[in-house]
Amino acid sequence: MADSEELHLEKHVDYIKSLDKKSDFDAVAMEHLRMSGAYWGLTALDIMGRLGDMNVDEIVAWILKCQDECGGFGGNYQHDPHILYTLSAVQILCLFDRLDAVDGDKIAAYITGLQNEDGSFAGDEWGEVDTRFSYCAICCLSLLKRLDKIDLEKACDFVARCKNFDGGFGCIPGGESHAGQIFCCVGALAIGGALHHVDKDLLGWWLAERQVKSGGLNGRPEKLPDVCYSWWVLASLVIMDRVHWIDKKKLAQFILDCQDPEGGGISDRPDDAVDVFHTYFGVAGLSLLGYPGLKAIDPAYALPVDVVDRVFYGQKKQPPVS
Amino acid sequence: MAEAGEGGEVEFDWSDVEPIPQDDGPRPVVPIAYTDEFRELMDLFRAVLAKDERSARALKLTADVIAVNAANYTVWHFRRLVLDALGRDLHEELEYLDAAAEGNHKNYQIWHHRRWVVQKLGKDAVYKELEFTEGALKDDPKNYHAWSHRQWLLQELEDWKWELDYCSKLLEEDSANNSAWNQRFFVVTRCPSLGGLLQMRDSEVSYCVDFIKQVPTNESPWRYLKGLFLDDRAAFVNNSVVSEACITELVKDPNNVPAFGFLLDLLNAGFQPTSGQKEMLQKVLSAWETPSELTDAVCVRLQKVDAMRCQYWAWRRSLLPLPVAAPEIRN
Repeated sequence: MADSEELHLEKHVDYIKSLDKKSDFDAVAMEHLRMSGAYWGLTALDIMGRLGDMNVDEIVAWILKCQDECGGFGGNYQHDPHILYTLSAVQILCLFDRLDAVDGDKIAAYITGLQNEDGSFAGDEWGEVDTRFSYCAICCLSLLKRLDKIDLEKACDFVARCKNFDGGFGCIPGGESHAGQIFCCVGALAIGGALHHVDKDLLGWWLAERQVKSGGLNGRPEKLPDVCYSWWVLASLVIMDRVHWIDKKKLAQFILDCQDPEGGGISDRPDDAVDVFHTYFGVAGLSLLGYPGLKAIDPAYALPVDVVDRVFYGQKKQPPVS
Repeated sequence: MAEAGEGGEVEFDWSDVEPIPQDDGPRPVVPIAYTDEFRELMDLFRAVLAKDERSARALKLTADVIAVNAANYTVWHFRRLVLDALGRDLHEELEYLDAAAEGNHKNYQIWHHRRWVVQKLGKDAVYKELEFTEGALKDDPKNYHAWSHRQWLLQELEDWKWELDYCSKLLEEDSANNSAWNQRFFVVTRCPSLGGLLQMRDSEVSYCVDFIKQVPTNESPWRYLKGLFLDDRAAFVNNSVVSEACITELVKDPNNVPAFGFLLDLLNAGFQPTSGQKEMLQKVLSAWETPSELTDAVCVRLQKVDAMRCQYWAWRRSLLPLPVAAPEIRN
């Protein structure tokens, strides 16, 4: 990429809004996870102050169509419910201040039904267990103000059991420390009020070590940097008050280097193809780094701070940052 | 009715089913432009799903959809329902999965489906499945799904101490493979036929120190070495093999970041170098006399050679003076 010293905000807004013109295989392959795709795109737009460009009613109507009678949401219409997409659906409704459109008790019942005896969560009725699902459960129920519906202590204890010798967390007890799983565990423990399980100094250093020469962050030792870790590593560090342990300027430059300055969008690393997933994580990462012109984002809920404030304190939505 | 197609595989007749088109709503949020073939396939699948038809042709249809998009989790769900309804031989399903996995080794749905199949087949399937993960790890030795799957499989067995040899083999091929180091820790701490961390510690320290000699600046073995002592500060500080290894590397390379970081951890835990070690350290770090000054000099060096994390090393430097040295239990 040529010199990308600034964020091409308008290009990214146009990119997200123009996704219907994409016909490559990646776009096709995303059909089943459109709920998450929508969350990434819409949250990125909100951070950039442009959520108002979207049609709320249409989106909410589509979200409701994706809800199964058991209360969970699928990745798209006619897809089976899954905890991942249930979280994404609730997050989008929070963005639009439309939680009133759903029955919170029903969603809570779906999530509660997925908790196992050992405190872990299955992703759906097929039983796969992963700390990602612990995060989805805790984050979603917290936004619905129904965290009391699960055994929160057991849920946090399970997450704590996934802590490794290096201070990091894996997908299950014994699973290798991985920045994505670490975000889920740290986020879950933060929301669940159990951050004391985290050795912030040890984990903070492990996370700081993710920064490589180019300034980008990788997800595990000896792996390549990827913009999505700009969120997972960074958000974890922010939650633990240790973000100053990385070189923020170099990271911001890495993210900016991953932009497509002509077509818009952000890719995993410089010169690769862009996608909405990395566009969201890049923009969210820059927001956490304090890049000017972007709304602040909550590192645990992964939603703009004003959205989270509105959920918990009922404040009117602040005007977008100019 | 089924007929044999050009490639010899069975082709089913779907003329009796009315396909259901995708309903994205008037203006899709994250709309996707489909290729025609994919669109037709998905329209047909939606109809079959709506009818809940659990037939042989439906099974083939799920394979066709999976071939185009193996990440579509709803198709996998339905495939499981159809397999159950048809009472299909799940050994054949594993063969199908071996083929479907080609190029899809990072797909959550395939791994989860494999687990479902193996759970149904029972313990007999475990060894063959371990072989499968070895194949996946040959392709990508850090494949997170493969390692997860492997950990689950091992815990179905009673004795799996030979897994340490497997880790050693992978580390011979790539000493920087953090997944293999993690797996080592998994075996050492969880394998029921081994004695646990305390009993395994000395042999693991030797093993690890050998690697550090080969790849002195790689973060994984250093972290593993520290991990072997967890919260056992006294054992950590008083293990002469460990401190010797660290100081040797520092003398060889005064810019070795993990080695300096490790020395800092030792000092913070109360390590006191012998006079011989002090002499060696004075070659690489100047202007110190007391342990406090040594710790400070190490931090200064780290701030310089690991400039990206200078804030972290500055914080280490700012910490209170060393605690009282650990009790003398010299080996």
